[in-house]
Amino acid sequence: MHYTLRNKLPSTALFTTVDAVLNWGRLSSLWYLLFGTACCAIELMQTGGPRADLDRFGAVFRSSPRQSDLLIVAGTVTYKMASRIKRLYEQMADPKYVISMGSCSNCGGLFDLGYSVLRGIDKVIPVDVYVPGCPPRPEALTQGLLVLQEKIRKQRYLAREA
Amino acid sequence: MASTKTSAPVAFSDLLSALKGRFGDVVLAHRSDFGDDTVVVQRERWLDILQFLKDAPSLAFNYLVDLTCVDYFGQEPRFEMVVHLLAFESGKRLRVKARIPEEDATIASLAPLWRSANWLEREVYDMFGIRFVGHPDLRRILMYDEFEGYPLRKDYPLKKSQPRVPLLSPEREEEEGI
Repeated sequence: MHYTLRNKLPSTALFTTVDAVLNWGRLSSLWYLLFGTACCAIELMQTGGPRADLDRFGAVFRSSPRQSDLLIVAGTVTYKMASRIKRLYEQMADPKYVISMGSCSNCGGLFDLGYSVLRGIDKVIPVDVYVPGCPPRPEALTQGLLVLQEKIRKQRYLAREA
Repeated sequence: MASTKTSAPVAFSDLLSALKGRFGDVVLAHRSDFGDDTVVVQRERWLDILQFLKDAPSLAFNYLVDLTCVDYFGQEPRFEMVVHLLAFESGKRLRVKARIPEEDATIASLAPLWRSANWLEREVYDMFGIRFVGHPDLRRILMYDEFEGYPLRKDYPLKKSQPRVPLLSPEREEEEGI
């Protein structure tokens, strides 16, 4: 839609659907919350670093849930931390998305039998994409982001449900 | 800077005879495996004995290094308190133990003697459910208040799930204006 038209047309009008524009804008600027609970956070940092470079997909970290569109739950979630993650999720503005990163936040993972560990973040907040791995490599998390982008691309806001 | 009060380390046999002279037969067992002097004492005289070990000038165990508990599930008495003491002046270390039965899981608190016992006893209460009589503030310290059971007991179920509570109670949210 975009690159072929760059700086080549005089002032003119483009025709598209509102849904397509909104979705394109949202999936291209997924700002994620700078937040990690365990070792998956190390891989999350790598994914944001220069080699995996999540920035090229428009995903940059923000330090405040108020400015974030995406919550990447990176690491083991304890019962005590679960209520805090729920608070962070509730502080984010709509539309908001959640990636569950790694076995621990998917289902408890290695710490399934731990007395303090919540067995899956989806018991507390809704999850859009589950990324398997312990921890997932940066490539895996990048793939998770791309899957989420495809999911957002198919969202419909204004169209009446069939 | 050298200390002015130096005292020779007390031999373990002297310590045992001092305890026997002061309290009678409170030492149920003692051993010195690998240089670690250990005494097992009666639970009923726990506070008196530790007070004596701290205050007697020849002993002066003025530092409580560690306080923990062991669950010998299936044995009777079931629990065992373990306290590690250090005397700064002499450099002497001592391990003191006492067995606690399951049906009456209480023992005297050492928080009045050593302030370091305060949080350590709260942790033992949190993990093993031992009640410390005379503790100034016996609450859970690692788990949250609504947590059910005592997770380091050997009969704690592996797959037990715990209640999920809001970050703040409705009353606290009211107070903080959230």
